[in-house]
Amino acid sequence: MSPVVGQEVDRVDGPAKVTGAARYTGEIVLQDLAYGAIVGATIPSGRVRRIELDRALAADGVLAVLTHENLPKIAEPPHLLPSLVGAAAPGESFFPMQDAAVHYAGQPVAVVVADSHERAQFAASLVRVEYDRTASVTTIDEARDSAYEPRTLFGGLMPARMAHGDVDAGLAVADLRVDVAYRFAANHHNALETSATTAAWDGDRLTLYDSTMGIRATQLTVAHLLGMPVSDVRVVTHFVGGGFGGKAMTWPHVTLAAMAARQVDRPVRLMLTRTQAFTSTGHREEQEQTMSLGARRDGTLTALRHHKLSLTSPFDDWAEPATGTTTQVYACPNVEGVHRLVRGNVMTSTFTRGPGETVGMFVLETAMDELAYALGVDPVELRLRCHADTDPRGNPWSSDGLAECLGVAAESFGWSGRDPRPRTRRDGDWLIGTGMAAAAYPVAFFMPTQRARARIYAGGDAVVQTGTQEFGTGVTTVMTQVAADALGLPMDAVRFEAGDTDLPNTSAAVGSSGAMMVSAAVHNAAAGLRDQLVAMAVADADSPLHGADPAEVVVEDGRMRLRSRPGVGETYGEVMGRHHLEDAEALGSWTPPPPDTPHGLLTFGAQFAEVAVDPELGLVRVRRLGGAFAPGRVLNPKTARSQLMGGMLWGWARPCWRATGWTRPPAGGTPRAWATTWCPSTPTPRT
Amino acid sequence: MRPLSYARPHDAATAVAMVQRNPDAAFLAGGTTEVDLLRIGVHRHDLLVDINELPYREVEELPGGGLRLGALSRMSDVARDPRVMARFPAVSQALLLGASEQLRNMASIGGNLCQRVRCGYFRDGISPCNKRDPGAGCAAVDGLNRGHAVLGTSPQCIATHPSDLAVALVAFDAVVHVIGPGGSRAIAVDDFYLLPGDAPQREHPLGRGELIVAVDLPGEVIAARSTYVKVRDRQSYEFALVSVAAALTVSGGVVQDVRLALGGVGTKPWRARIAEAELVGAPATRESYERAAVAEMSGAEVREHNAFKVPLAQRTIARVLAAAA
Repeated sequence: MSPVVGQEVDRVDGPAKVTGAARYTGEIVLQDLAYGAIVGATIPSGRVRRIELDRALAADGVLAVLTHENLPKIAEPPHLLPSLVGAAAPGESFFPMQDAAVHYAGQPVAVVVADSHERAQFAASLVRVEYDRTASVTTIDEARDSAYEPRTLFGGLMPARMAHGDVDAGLAVADLRVDVAYRFAANHHNALETSATTAAWDGDRLTLYDSTMGIRATQLTVAHLLGMPVSDVRVVTHFVGGGFGGKAMTWPHVTLAAMAARQVDRPVRLMLTRTQAFTSTGHREEQEQTMSLGARRDGTLTALRHHKLSLTSPFDDWAEPATGTTTQVYACPNVEGVHRLVRGNVMTSTFTRGPGETVGMFVLETAMDELAYALGVDPVELRLRCHADTDPRGNPWSSDGLAECLGVAAESFGWSGRDPRPRTRRDGDWLIGTGMAAAAYPVAFFMPTQRARARIYAGGDAVVQTGTQEFGTGVTTVMTQVAADALGLPMDAVRFEAGDTDLPNTSAAVGSSGAMMVSAAVHNAAAGLRDQLVAMAVADADSPLHGADPAEVVVEDGRMRLRSRPGVGETYGEVMGRHHLEDAEALGSWTPPPPDTPHGLLTFGAQFAEVAVDPELGLVRVRRLGGAFAPGRVLNPKTARSQLMGGMLWGWARPCWRATGWTRPPAGGTPRAWATTWCPSTPTPRT
Repeated sequence: MRPLSYARPHDAATAVAMVQRNPDAAFLAGGTTEVDLLRIGVHRHDLLVDINELPYREVEELPGGGLRLGALSRMSDVARDPRVMARFPAVSQALLLGASEQLRNMASIGGNLCQRVRCGYFRDGISPCNKRDPGAGCAAVDGLNRGHAVLGTSPQCIATHPSDLAVALVAFDAVVHVIGPGGSRAIAVDDFYLLPGDAPQREHPLGRGELIVAVDLPGEVIAARSTYVKVRDRQSYEFALVSVAAALTVSGGVVQDVRLALGGVGTKPWRARIAEAELVGAPATRESYERAAVAEMSGAEVREHNAFKVPLAQRTIARVLAAAA
C-alpha cells in the first residue's frame, strides 16, 4: 500500500457537489423555518429619523420586523481581531441597529422576518426609512487631507510602520532610482454562495448553520455579542460556496439571524442578496501604493520605500498589510514600509484573496521590472541578483524555492530567447508581450493549538474529526488522505468529518494556513491512534507482534506487521477483539512555533505571462500564464493546482479592471460593481 | 420579491387576453431576465403568463430564402441552425457572442428582443431612473457611465441597449410579427425600438397584451457574407463596448451595397444609415471606411466615462468593413 498523501486523489465530496446532493447553509431543512431579510441603509452617513413599518407588518407571512427601536442591545461591543488568532473575530468593531446612527450604505437598519424568503424580501421592500443625512466620505479623494498613520493595523497585530536602515541615505547613494505609484479600486469577494446563516434556538442553546471559513470564530463572536456561555453556541457548516476572505470574519448578519430567531421563537434563515454582498461582508479597500527603489549599477538594492494609503471605516484601523512581504524578498539594507489611513463611510474592509500581498507584490514586482528595464538586465536575472539569503532579521529561510521556481517556470514558459524590446512581437492585430514576477506569501503562525480526534472501530473503519470547514479548497479530501496514511488504512475506510464546533477545534481556514495547521493535528491524532494500537499489540502475549519494537511495526490496509518480516502481524481488529474493544480513540494536537521562531517564513513562487494587446481597440488578453511554486509538501497535486490556478486568476483579475465604484449623490455612497475582468485563457501552473 | 400569480395557457388567444386584462401582467418566455428583475424588485408584475406551451419554437423557411424565427425558439438553437449559419452568419455569431451557453439554452428570441437595459442605476432599485420611475431623473448622466450609450441618448436616459442579436437584426431589416387584442401586425425591427426621448420607460411600440410570435429575416444575398464583431473588456460572458454587424459588396473597387449596424453605443440597436449612405458608391478603401465611421459617430454625445466609445466605434467599424470587403 503506497501513501495516498501526494497522490492526485479526486475530491471525496465531488459527486455530492456536482449532483446537488451537498447541502449548503441556505439549503438546511428545519421545521418551522422562518426567513429574515435585511433592510440596508440607502445613505452613507446620517441618522434614521423615522421607520415606517405598517405596510411591511401587514404583508402576508410577516412575523416580525426588528429595528434599532426594538432589537435587544448586544451584551458587549465587538472588537475586531483576525480570525486566524482563534478568538472572537467580528469583521468590524461595530454592531448595527443599536441606535439610529448610519455609518455606511447598506448598514442594516431593519430585519424583516417572514415565513418564506420571498415574502421576507418583499416585506423588506415595503419598509420606508427616512433619514437625516450628513456629509460623507466614500473615496480617498474626498478626505485625502485627513490621512493619518495609525500605530497598529490588523486588529493591533501588526505595526503600521516597519523600517530598518536609512532609506534617504540609501536613495542618496543609489546609481539609479525607480519610483512607481498605483491607485487601486475597491474589490468585493462575491463568492458564488452569498453569505447565509440559519439560527435555531433550543431553550438557551443556539445552533447556527453558517457559511463561514471559521466556525470557531462564529461561535466565539456570537457568544460574545449575545453574552452567552460559549458552550451554549454550536456552529455547523458542511459546505461553503466559496469564501475568498469574505467569510473569514463574523459579520453582523450572523448575530442578527440569532437575534431574529429568538424574537420569533422559530429558526430563522438569513441569506444575503447579491446586492447586499457589496455592503455586508467587507471588501478589499480602495488604496494607493507608492514605491521607491534605489539600486547600484549591478542591480543590488540600496533602498526600498513602500507606502500604502487606504480607506478604512469609522471604527477600525484596518488595512490589508501590504509591506510585510515586499520588504523581505530582496536584500536591501535600508527599508521602510508605512501604512496610512483615511476614514470614510464604508464598512471595515477585510481580507481578500491573497490579502495585502496580492497588491503589495504587484507594486514591488512592477517596480523591479522598471528597474530591470532601466538597468538593461533580464528581469529574471535581476530577481536572482537581489534575492535575500536571509530574512531581515538575519534568519535563514525555512525553505527558499525562489531561484528554483524562477528557473522551472522560465524553462516551461519558454522565457529564454524572447525579444525583450517593446512592440517587436505581433500576431495579426495583436502585439504580444511577455512578463514575469516573483511571488511570495508569509507563513502565518498567529494561531493557537490545533486539535483533531481519530476513532477506529473494530471492523477497521475510522472516523477522523476536526472543526475545520470545507469551502472549496478540498480540505475534506486532503485530510482523508492524511488520516488514511497515518492510520495505515485505505482511504475508503476513513471518513473525515468537519464543520462542527462540537468537534476538536482548529482556527479559521485563512491566510493560506489551513492545510498546514489542520493536517498537522489530523496526522498527530491518527498517528497517535495507530501508536496506541501498536503498543497494545506488542504488549499482548497473544499477539504475533508481542515483544516487537514498536518502531519496527508498520501498518498497511489496517494490518500491523513487522517491517522486516511482512508475514508476522495482525489486524487492528484482531487485537481490539481480544481486548473486547469495539472502538479506540485518540486526540492529537499541534502547536505552531512561536512567531519569533528563528527562521524566515515566506513561501516563494514565480509567475510568467504572455499578454496580447490590440493597440487600436485598446484590448488586453492574457494568452498564457505559467507558474511554479514552492509551497512545501504538496498533499494533493489536484487540489493544490486548483488553489494555485485560483490564486493566479485572482492576481490577474486584480490589475485587469476589476473594480467596485462608489456612486455619487443623490444616491451616493452606495457601492456598485462597474467593470469586469479581461478574457479567460488557459493558465498552465505547475506544482 | 412581490407576490405574484402564474398561469400557463395552452393557446395564444388566452395568453393575450390574460395580459390585456391586467396592466401588471407580463409574458414569461425563457425567464432569464424577467425572473432576475422580479427578484430584485425592478419588475413588479403581479401575474406571469408563461407562453412556453405556445407553438412558436421553430425556424421556418420563407419564400425568397428568408427565415422565420419563432419567438420561442431558443438562442442556442437558432445560433446553430445550419440555414441561419449559412444565410445570416452575423445573426448566428451575434447569438453565440451573447450571454452564456446556459442562458442561451433558456433564452428565447422574442425575449432577447425585449430584454431590459443593464444600466446599474436602472437595476439597483434605489437610484433615480426615468425608465424605472418616470420623472425621477437619471443617475447615469453624471454617474458611472463607462458602459452607457453615446448615440440616441436623451437627458432622460443614456442606457445602452444590451442585445447582440438585435444589432444583427436591424442590419438586415428583420420584421417583428406580433399578435394582440386587435389582431396581428408586422413591425420593422428598427421601429420596434424607440429612442428614449422624454419617455424612456416606453421601449417598444407594443400595446398591452401584444405578443411577439416571430421574427422574419428577409432573404438577401448580401446577408450570407455578413459578420458580427463584438469588442468587450472580457472575452466571454460580457456585454459589448462596441459591436458591429456588417456586410459589404464591392465591385470594381467600389462599394455597391452595405449593411452596417452598431451595438454597445446606442440606446437602441443602431442602424448606421449615415455611414451606409457615405459608403455606397465610394471607393472600397480604408479611407472610405474611416470617413464613413467618423460621419456615423459625429452625432455622438459623450459623458464623463464613455468618450472612448467614439474612437473605439470608429476604429472597429473601419476594421470590420475592411475585413468584410
